[in-house]
Amino acid sequence: MSDITDQNQNQKQKQKQNVPPLRAAAKTATRVPRPLTRPGGYGWVAGALLLLALPFYLDTFWLQAGLFAMAAAIGAIGLNLLTGSTGQLSMGHAFFLAVGAYGYTALAGDSEGRYTGLGLPTWLAALLAVVLTGLAGGLFSPIAGRLRGAYLGIATLALIVIGLHVIDNATDLTGGALGREVPALNLFGFGFDRSELLVAGVPFGSAEKLWYVGLALLLGCALFARGVLRGRPGRAMNAIRDHRIAAGVMGVPVARYRAAVFVLSSMYAGLAGVLLALVFQNVTPSQFGMVVSLQYLAMIVIGGLGSVGGAVVGAVFVSMLPQVLTRYSDALPLVATPGTGGVSPGEASAYLYGAAVVAVVLFLPGGLIRLVARRTTMSTSGEKR
Amino acid sequence: MTIFIELLLNGISLGSVYALIALGFVVIFRATEVVNFAHASLLLAGGYITAVLSDDIGFWLALLTGIAGAALVGAAIEFLVMRRYRGADHSVLAIVTIGVDIMLVADIGRRLGTDILSVGDPWGDRVLTIGAVSLAQTRVAALLAAGLLITAFLLAFRYTSWGVAMRAAAENAGTAALMGIRLGRVSLGAWAVAGGLAAVAALFLTVFPTPGLEKSTAQVAMKAFPAAILGGLDSTTGALVGGLIVGVTESLATGYQGDLTFLGRGLGELAPYLVMVAILLLRPAGLFGTKELARV
Repeated sequence: MSDITDQNQNQKQKQKQNVPPLRAAAKTATRVPRPLTRPGGYGWVAGALLLLALPFYLDTFWLQAGLFAMAAAIGAIGLNLLTGSTGQLSMGHAFFLAVGAYGYTALAGDSEGRYTGLGLPTWLAALLAVVLTGLAGGLFSPIAGRLRGAYLGIATLALIVIGLHVIDNATDLTGGALGREVPALNLFGFGFDRSELLVAGVPFGSAEKLWYVGLALLLGCALFARGVLRGRPGRAMNAIRDHRIAAGVMGVPVARYRAAVFVLSSMYAGLAGVLLALVFQNVTPSQFGMVVSLQYLAMIVIGGLGSVGGAVVGAVFVSMLPQVLTRYSDALPLVATPGTGGVSPGEASAYLYGAAVVAVVLFLPGGLIRLVARRTTMSTSGEKR
Repeated sequence: MTIFIELLLNGISLGSVYALIALGFVVIFRATEVVNFAHASLLLAGGYITAVLSDDIGFWLALLTGIAGAALVGAAIEFLVMRRYRGADHSVLAIVTIGVDIMLVADIGRRLGTDILSVGDPWGDRVLTIGAVSLAQTRVAALLAAGLLITAFLLAFRYTSWGVAMRAAAENAGTAALMGIRLGRVSLGAWAVAGGLAAVAALFLTVFPTPGLEKSTAQVAMKAFPAAILGGLDSTTGALVGGLIVGVTESLATGYQGDLTFLGRGLGELAPYLVMVAILLLRPAGLFGTKELARV
């Protein structure tokens, strides 16, 4: 084994010697990490400042839409770990969103009237809701570990049906079809409720305050997923997706990895569910149907399978589309305002992202993120080997 | 006992309808290795065409048009979308069918709105009574029609040159193509047949005792997925057995849910999926599916 690597290194050194000295020097020079001297670095900083400043300028409608997109992005990153990177299709993502959302509501809510709740501190309830979702994913692991691809997709349909059944019947926890009010988040005495707070002359309601929570969570989730994908687990996951048997032969415990990724992906969905519940301030069963699972699949395909950035781009696209169409339905041709007949914004966005899924797979394998990535690789091709 | 027999017969009849849907699903999978998540929307398309036309041109002609229409929609999906895909990964194609499904369901859902359309069938709500057992005429018709279609399909699959081509393509696409079988036609045929079968199933899912064709009919059609997978995705026998298991389970769970209240209301919807999970735990490839063997 060591002989082989030695040989490889020898060969590499030989190749390096063949490289003209100028180019070799350029290579070593660009390897020094200087993020802010590259145009990409400035872009990131500008984008971050813009996102931090948005609550001072946007109205509640757009902030809510943005928060919705952030929650969707967290869920989509989780689904992309499972479907994009490991090649396991899941139609049950909405179920895990529901476990997170209802879990938080029941753990943090008080027992009053016809509802049951534990009345835990809200930050603890949010944490436990994510753990609870992980447990729910773990319970499904005998199936998640053994089935693959589209088989798992159909098997996870059962989760949606089971979830809706439980929501329908455990009315003291979930409020049934009418839904249940979600207690506002409270972090160590700082409440993310409707009480307004003046920051630099701008009234901060729940949407403005939650915006920063959402940004922090999304950043943390994205970095964690990137770490998983770039490290040893990520390589194992991609190996399972590309060739299951070869991965097994090389010592990757295939079933264990599949089950573990399923659990991780469901925990992401659980966190997304908690955030969704906080944004909507009310949980109802219609937020967690079959259609929602399909939307999440559409997000990761449109954005780009297997990449964290792709999941975020796709989530923003799919979740903002109906909002944008609703807001500008007067100005757009073919889209009617809701209730007047004709194509409603919701339906128009369903046509659009359905078509986007088909078009992306056929004409743009790699998703929207590939468009951005291709441009950067072209501009920086000198430093890429 | 009478109730049990009635529930069982109802279940078998319902199961034969699920088997029709699952059969189309399996045919597409065998011919092209694509799991077709747009199957429920094919069914919705067939049912919609039948229901809209039946007032004007009579039920039987409308049914024929519905079958032809759904077959055409299926063939169009194959020709316009599936055939354009150049990659090798079939699970990505499954996601493409999800995209197609989102579009079709949005479109038919928009046309339907909150309406419940009647397909205008000749059976109405009449009931057939034999001894103490009574059964809706629509259920008898469903059982007969499904039985007839499935038999005809299996015979065609076994004896006609179309069936031989289909089986050869499923066995080994490369060899079949070298032997002069046109794979494009095989998969086009598979999608068309699946569409037609789904349209017939749509008829029997929307007649008495169900209210009619509505948006949620697509969810009812979803039960063909557990039917297909618990039988084994690549087995026609599996589709039949799976359909019957799902139908009988649903019927019995609905009929006896008064005795099973501790499991909650609406058990009939849930039971087929629970059976699917239980069977997949024991046999991950389904009851009749070929266990995957790989040569390295």
